[in-house]
Amino acid sequence: MEIDPFIFRLSIFILSIFIGYYVVWSVTPSLHTPLMSVTNAISSVIIVGAIIASLAGETGSIFGKANIFGYLAIILAAVNIFGGFLVTQRMLAMYKKKKKDK
Amino acid sequence: MSANILAIFYLISGVLFILALRGLSSPETSRQGNLLGIIGMAIAIGVTIISIGNFSSGFIYLIIFLIIGGSIGTFIAFKIPMTAMPELVAGFHSLVGLAAVFVAISAFLNPIVFNLGSPGNIRIATLIEMSLGAAIGAITFTGSIIAFLKLRGIMSGSPITFIGQHFLNLVLGLGLIALIYYLCQTQIDTLFWTVIGISFLVGVLLIIPIGGADMPVVISMLNSYSGWAAAGIGFTLENSALIITGALVGSSGAILSYIMCKGMNRSFFNVILGGWGATNEASKSINKEQRPVKNGNADDAAFLMKNASSVIIVPGYGMAVAQAQHALREMVDALKKNGVKVTYAIHPVAGRMPGHMNVLLAEANVPYDEVFELEEINNDFANCDVAYVIGANDVTNPVAKTDPQSPIYGMPILDVEKSKSVLFVKRSLSPGYAGIDNDLFYRDNTLMLFADAKKMTEDIIKNL
Repeated sequence: MEIDPFIFRLSIFILSIFIGYYVVWSVTPSLHTPLMSVTNAISSVIIVGAIIASLAGETGSIFGKANIFGYLAIILAAVNIFGGFLVTQRMLAMYKKKKKDK
Repeated sequence: MSANILAIFYLISGVLFILALRGLSSPETSRQGNLLGIIGMAIAIGVTIISIGNFSSGFIYLIIFLIIGGSIGTFIAFKIPMTAMPELVAGFHSLVGLAAVFVAISAFLNPIVFNLGSPGNIRIATLIEMSLGAAIGAITFTGSIIAFLKLRGIMSGSPITFIGQHFLNLVLGLGLIALIYYLCQTQIDTLFWTVIGISFLVGVLLIIPIGGADMPVVISMLNSYSGWAAAGIGFTLENSALIITGALVGSSGAILSYIMCKGMNRSFFNVILGGWGATNEASKSINKEQRPVKNGNADDAAFLMKNASSVIIVPGYGMAVAQAQHALREMVDALKKNGVKVTYAIHPVAGRMPGHMNVLLAEANVPYDEVFELEEINNDFANCDVAYVIGANDVTNPVAKTDPQSPIYGMPILDVEKSKSVLFVKRSLSPGYAGIDNDLFYRDNTLMLFADAKKMTEDIIKNL
C-alpha cells in the first residue's frame, strides 16, 4: 500500500506547528511587534503561487484571467515582503543596550 | 530543474524562516534572523522563477509588478511613524489575505498550470484546500481592513453590536461549510465565488463587535489567520515552503492571542464575542459617586521625582497617542543625571498590539535592558519611591485584585499602588476602556497630573 503524498505534507504541517509553538514561546516579549511584522513578511511567500499563476499560464495570452489574478497577487505580496522585512529591520535597529560609558 | 531539487530549495527556505523567528529570542540575534528570513524569501522566489523557465514577455511583467509592489512596500517601511505600527501590521495582514484569495482564484480558473486537474474537474482534496485557503484569506482581508480602520481612528473604536449578530455569524459559518461541500460535489464556479463573497462578509462581522483596546488580540488573531490561509494555499500548490511558513505564522499568531487574552484575564471567546461595555452596565453605575482626588502640577512632580532614589515609568496607549516617548526619555535622562534609578514597567496588553510600548521606547533610544515585563518588575514597586503612570489606566487598577464584582477582576495588574507615591498623568478623570473607575486615582499616595502626556512630561523637564 502506498502512502498518499498528502500525508507527508500533513506531517510537515503538523510538525511545523509544533516548531512554531516552541520557537515563538522563546521570543522575548519586547520583540513581539517585530515578530508580527516578520511573520507578515514571511507569510508573503505565497508569492510563489502568484508567480506560477502569472508565468506558467502559457495559454496564448499572458493577460488571461488567471494570469491577471497572479499579477495582482504579486503586487500585494511584494508590498508585504519589502515592507515587512524592511520595517522589521528598521525596528530591530532601534533596540539598543545601555551604553556603559555615559 | 527537477521537482525534487525544487522541493529541497523550498525546504531550505522553510528552515531559514524558522531561524528568522528563532533569532527574535534576543535583540542581539534578531537582526541576523531577519537577514536569514530575507535570504529564505529570495531563494523561494528565485527557484520558482527558474523552475518555470519562462523568460518571455510574461517574465518582464512579473519583474515590473515586483518592482511596483516592492517600491510601495519600501516607501511605506521607511515613512511609517513607529506610533502607526499597529495599523501598518493590520494593513499588511489584509494584503496577505487578499493575495491568498487571488492565488486561490487563479488556481481555480487555471488548474492545469498548477497540476491540479482541469477546470470543472479539480481533485476534491485540492478543492477543499483551495476553498479553505480562499475563505480564510478573505476573512483575513476584510477583518484586517476593519481592524485597520479602527486603529487608524477612521472608524469608531467602540464595539458595533446588533441583535442576532452571533446567530448570523453562526448561520454564515455553517453556510460556508455547506457551500464548500456542494462545490466539491458539483464544481460549479458560482459556488466558489459565493464562498469568497460570504467570507468577505464574515471578516467584517467578526471584527466590528470588538472594541479598540481589544485590538492586541484581534491583530494577533488576524496574524494567525493569514498563516492558516497561506498553509491552505500551500497544500493546494503542494509547496512545503508555504506549508511550513503557514504553520509557523499560524501558531505564532495563536500564541500571541493567547498571551494577550491572559494579560486581560479573558477567554479568547469572550474577546471575540464582543466588547466589554455591553456586559458590564451594572458595575459601571456603582462607581459613579464623586470622590476627592489630589491634583498636582509639573512642579510638584519634578520635586517628587528629583528627590526619589528610584522611579518606575508605566507607559500605556496614551503615551503613543500623545507621542510622548521622546519627551519621556529626556525626562529620564535628566533624572538619571540627578542620580535617580529609573526603570520601565510594561504590561502585556499596554498599547494596541503586542510589544507596542517596547518599540516606541526603543525608538526613543531607551536601552532595552531598562525595560521590564510585568512579572520581572512587579515586586519592585513596593521598594520604589515614585511610579510615573503615563497613558496607562486599567492595567494599574487595584480593583482587579480586590473586587470580585469588577469586570477586570483577576486581570494581572502592575502593582503601582504599592510605591510610595504615584504620579498619574491623564487628561481627565474619565474611566478607561473597561468603563470602570480606577481606584488608584483616589489613593492618598496618588497625585493626579491633568494634562496631555507629552506636554506634562516636557513641563516636568523644565522644572527638574
